[in-house]
Amino acid sequence: MTFANLTRNAGHAFGENPLTLVAVGILLLLLTCALLGPSLAPYDPLMTDATAKLVPPSMAHPFGTDALGRDILSRVIVATRLDLGMAFSAVILSFVVGLALGSAAGYLGGWTDRIVGRLMDTIMAFPLFVLAMGIVAALGNNVANIIIATMIINLPFYCRFARAEVNMRRDLGYAEAARMGGNRTLTVLAVHIIPNILPPMMVQASLNMGWAILNAAGLSFIGLGVRPPTPEWGIMVSEGASFIVSGEWWAFVFPGAALVLAVFCFNLLGDGLRDLLDPRKRV
Amino acid sequence: MNFVWKRLLATLPSLAGVVVLTFLLSHALPGDPAAYFAGPAADANSIAEIREKLGLDRPLVEQFFYYVADLLRGNLGKSLTTGQPVLTDLVDRLPASLELSAYALVFAIGCAIPMGVLAAIRLDRPADHACRVIVTVCAAFPTFFIGLLLVYVFYFLLGWAPEPLGRLNEILYTAPPRVTGAYTIDALIAGDGEVFRAALAQLVLPAISLGLFALAPLARITRAAMLESLSSDFVRTAHASGLPTSKVLFTYAFRNSLLPISSVLGMVFSFLLGSNVLIEQVFGWQGVGAYAVSAVLASDYAAVQGFVLMMALLYILLNLLVDVLATLIDPRVRFEG
Repeated sequence: MTFANLTRNAGHAFGENPLTLVAVGILLLLLTCALLGPSLAPYDPLMTDATAKLVPPSMAHPFGTDALGRDILSRVIVATRLDLGMAFSAVILSFVVGLALGSAAGYLGGWTDRIVGRLMDTIMAFPLFVLAMGIVAALGNNVANIIIATMIINLPFYCRFARAEVNMRRDLGYAEAARMGGNRTLTVLAVHIIPNILPPMMVQASLNMGWAILNAAGLSFIGLGVRPPTPEWGIMVSEGASFIVSGEWWAFVFPGAALVLAVFCFNLLGDGLRDLLDPRKRV
Repeated sequence: MNFVWKRLLATLPSLAGVVVLTFLLSHALPGDPAAYFAGPAADANSIAEIREKLGLDRPLVEQFFYYVADLLRGNLGKSLTTGQPVLTDLVDRLPASLELSAYALVFAIGCAIPMGVLAAIRLDRPADHACRVIVTVCAAFPTFFIGLLLVYVFYFLLGWAPEPLGRLNEILYTAPPRVTGAYTIDALIAGDGEVFRAALAQLVLPAISLGLFALAPLARITRAAMLESLSSDFVRTAHASGLPTSKVLFTYAFRNSLLPISSVLGMVFSFLLGSNVLIEQVFGWQGVGAYAVSAVLASDYAAVQGFVLMMALLYILLNLLVDVLATLIDPRVRFEG
């Protein structure tokens, strides 16, 4: 795809779907919070205040305070880095590992293909969130393992996609020519085939990002990975949940809303990116 | 019938994979179960003793055979937190989770299919756009957050829903005698209308929160499948032959959309069984998910592995069921694959 083509498509995709622009806006906001978090937050996210427990939203505390008197706005802002970081690392890892395994399976075929395929089938034989729980339980309850678990349950999607795309291209003329030219297998794959499948893989990744955020937050909601008092959206929702029956809604609504906003943003971006790269696939 | 056997055979590798992976999760990874079982006061000697007792000092392959032999005897080990065999614990709690998931599935299908069909018929009109908005919003909401929002609105603000504390208000009602373990069904069997209504009232919010997330993929695929069959030649021919619109829509277009719809059911089950854990946590539901969460937090390995294994088996079984149903919907499936 030429650059002119891309910009024309971009214009079309934005014009057709103004929501993509909204998503870009939200993304900028999220990235700002993730990068500058602690300096943007009006209060220290860990500072407790016994005199201001569960204060409803006000000018001083726009999102209110939690049961320990911590400012919820500050905690929501500071948590962005951890939440996006966990999901992003998991997506990058599954992208790289899935691409490597999938390309090897698709290009080499034979036993490599069978073993990789069986491995992915086995992962997919589990309800994915349940498998993630099992992995965290086995590896140990910390943030790194949350990332590993989220990486593993997302792996099959990348791996199968890369396998299919590589397998389709390995016998095409240009791959054949590269082989005839005396390139090693790895060079043929890395220089001639993989660059062609990167764009659709990126679409997968950005569609996957929202799902990764949901998974990581779900795991910390049930008490895995992130430990209090670390600010993280999932754990904040679960801490706020106990005060619903007495009507203190702000303690769970704001972190939950941040979560929704982030997932919503990445889902829309994924759709937008897909329209941009492959306008035919629009449903 | 031949197809069903073939499909059954095809689940064997998945089963084997699941057993191997759960074994690896419990045995070959960091974290020393022997040290854990021995307790914090144990010295190296007593840890070694326990390791020997549990068979952890033997080669991995040998341990695997013991593991499989135990599984075949239905022995999943003993839960450290409840002191009961894990299998008993799980069988006790499974009906609660299944009941919740079943209601959620019924809700999701009941909403998603009419929505998808309507969106396809009214393509690019307000109904279609509304459907797209609902789907996008549902896909972005974490199940546990929807659950909490519903509790806040319908329990705290409006007071329509009962307190979100489990399957039945044990102070006002007694659980029906256990037949299936699902309260609504058991209450009907016992002929107790009041308990049935009470149990159903407890189910409404968790089932809706769980169902909303499954709704998005179902509605999306229904719309796409309907669009495809509506633009097909046989639907055009049916229209041209002057058949009534409802007949064309349901007998011709919708029946042909059922196959793609059944193909996403696998993904929907994966969502439901996974999110069940979260929803049980929100609503204090006494199911396997809540059991597994407390087991994970207490490092109760046997219970967690038992839960993961059981969920995987259940999931394989459900997928099998969907595939068999698909052959009933569309005989072509039997000849492919």
